[in-house]
Amino acid sequence: MSGPRIHIQGGRFIDPANGIDADNDIWVADGKVAAIGTAPDGFTADQIIDASGQVICPGLVDLSARTREPGQSDKATIASETRAASHAGITTLVCPPDTNPVIDSAAVVELIHHKAREANCSRLLTLGALTRGLEGETITAMHTLKGAGVVGMSNASQPVKNSLVLSRAFEYAATHDLTVFVRPDEPDLSQGGCVHEGPLATRMGLPGIPEAAETVAVAKTLELIEKTDVRAHFSQLSTARAAHMIARARHDGLKVTADVAVHHLYLTEVDIRNFDSACHLLPPLRSEQDRDGLRECINNGMIDAICSDHQPHEPDAKQAPFPDTAPGLSGLDTLLPLVLRLADERVLSLSDAIKTVTHTPASILGLDCGQLAISSAADLCIFNPAESWFVNTDTLNSRGHNTPFMGWEMHGRATHTLVDGRITFSNQDD
Amino acid sequence: MSTETQAPSQPPVRIKPGNIQLDPNGKLRHFIAIEGLPKTVLQEILDTAESFASAQDQREKKFELLKGHTIANLFFEPSTRTRTTFELAAKRLSADVLNINISASSSSKGETLLDMLRNLEAMHVDMFVVRHGSSGAAHFIANNVAPHVSVINAGDGSHEHPTQAMLDMFTIRQHKPDFPSLRVAIVGDLMHSRVARSQIHALNTLGVGELRVIGPQTLLPAGIEKMGVQVYQDIEAGIRDVDVIIMLRLQRERMNGAFIPSQGEYFRLYGMTEKRLALAKPDAIVMHPGPINRGVEMDSAVADGPHSVILEQVSNGIAVRMAAMAMAMRNLDGSSAA
Repeated sequence: MSGPRIHIQGGRFIDPANGIDADNDIWVADGKVAAIGTAPDGFTADQIIDASGQVICPGLVDLSARTREPGQSDKATIASETRAASHAGITTLVCPPDTNPVIDSAAVVELIHHKAREANCSRLLTLGALTRGLEGETITAMHTLKGAGVVGMSNASQPVKNSLVLSRAFEYAATHDLTVFVRPDEPDLSQGGCVHEGPLATRMGLPGIPEAAETVAVAKTLELIEKTDVRAHFSQLSTARAAHMIARARHDGLKVTADVAVHHLYLTEVDIRNFDSACHLLPPLRSEQDRDGLRECINNGMIDAICSDHQPHEPDAKQAPFPDTAPGLSGLDTLLPLVLRLADERVLSLSDAIKTVTHTPASILGLDCGQLAISSAADLCIFNPAESWFVNTDTLNSRGHNTPFMGWEMHGRATHTLVDGRITFSNQDD
Repeated sequence: MSTETQAPSQPPVRIKPGNIQLDPNGKLRHFIAIEGLPKTVLQEILDTAESFASAQDQREKKFELLKGHTIANLFFEPSTRTRTTFELAAKRLSADVLNINISASSSSKGETLLDMLRNLEAMHVDMFVVRHGSSGAAHFIANNVAPHVSVINAGDGSHEHPTQAMLDMFTIRQHKPDFPSLRVAIVGDLMHSRVARSQIHALNTLGVGELRVIGPQTLLPAGIEKMGVQVYQDIEAGIRDVDVIIMLRLQRERMNGAFIPSQGEYFRLYGMTEKRLALAKPDAIVMHPGPINRGVEMDSAVADGPHSVILEQVSNGIAVRMAAMAMAMRNLDGSSAA
């Protein structure tokens, strides 16, 4: 593989996977990390990036990001969102299978990968549908999907109601050594709900989603994981109780991991007041105790990774009475600064915070990226930790402007992003 | 776009917190929810309604306060009582009234709620009276109307129904004016009732002595005790020595297994009978927002009996709605003149 020969000068190099946090120059050649600290013999750079005062870390790996393509390109496209990802220091995106058509055939996987290659920005990976059409009735051709390049299986946000189908899907995924991604939700309990069930939902007269909608699903899924011996990952936990159940199961030897969407570490049900549809999310924003409990779980490692759960929408999707609006937020642009803020707020060290969005999600996917040992793929994020910026329609790069963080001041912003040694974003170009 | 020297320029663009119902002088501008309104505003509504109510007995019932104004009744849910009393109230204030019933079929033509509002605004409508099945609909509309338009909530989802609660307060005040000495019980489907939520806020704002809610756990929403009420599941304990009993309507689709096993068992456990009524204060009044399911929420003997003030509630509805409309419009006219 050929690529530009790049010398990144004078930054603070943080590679959590390899325990490095030091001032180091980096040399990139042929799409890979050529050297760290000491120049390789006879290296002549095509390009020099001045990273003084900045942090150089592995490119971010986002375990859940919808690009809306195929099927909803009025909201966003693969090109728009992989570009937004690069602007935000995210080098790898994982796309859940609830596209239209659903990712349940090799053709759809190939279509998405083809479009992503054409866009030539951040890398886009896919999860295959656990059941055909996500309908929860028949299992998909997982072996074929794996051959086409999916990195795991998932039924996205559509729970498989039939436990027998779910059990067989897990068994079949285990047969093909595929990780199953589960967003825990017991549909009979969450049905019709749009906010966390509790005093606030009661006051606002909004139909609630109880904590039990998540914990019941986790309990059932854990039992089936144990029965089938599948490797499973729980996505976007919203309750502290569910996180503890999963941690206990892992302690007992189950092959399970978990992530949380970064907004659940900052926002609570209270942010919905005045029926702010930007806060209409699934899973819903929970109580303050949940938010604090999830922060604790990130701190003590019970929750492994952090994702954006990016779901861009066109403005009209949020312009209606609260329950009638589309759930979800646009999260790519705010992932890095919100993760960095966990270090500012002493939830995690800077290195551990970076790890939750780099090496850990990469290992959950069974991928080599997310770390920067010599000769690994040069997926890099260079960011200015001191840069302060405000979230507004001019500063968002995603097509979706539906963020509850609108108006917030953020600290930390990507200045350069490299994917496989190619510069996919540089703030000098804009 | 340079990111290096980005000036922290643009201010946050968000729906402003604070009370969208009040103008900068603290006067009623929209009437969307009881929650957040100060006692003075609630009392002003009651006092204004009083002056309209006394005129209702005279032959000439009309006022010219809203002459030349156009009021659109936007009903996304069917309603007879609320819509007709709003219509009568508007007409008695000499406003022009448009009744627009939006069925599911017309909203399926694809026109968004915002487009519909823009069209009506283009017809120079001054006030929207809105009923909608989604909680927060009135907030949404109030946040999106032109500055010269006022919004009155005629019921949004399970959230609030403020004019109904104020006509209930008006009725209570006529019989028992000293709120701090009162013990009030609200019985039935608190879970789905927008009326109950508005009543709870209104009674607490007006300083009622004690407020109880009574129902089976399936019909009591999570955390309702945080709204300033005492929770009872046993009706006999709950209505003991109360001055005011408010029975809530139980929607047909919530009977027969969904929330309660059967109408019969519900009536046996929570229905208002003369025998139960005897546990309350001797001069207790019984209220119901209507329409009543006789034999489910209450016996006919109670509904038509001497303690019932249900029909007074209906006629008071006109005066209270006149008051809300007149106040919101006057304050709006006043502020645009200023």
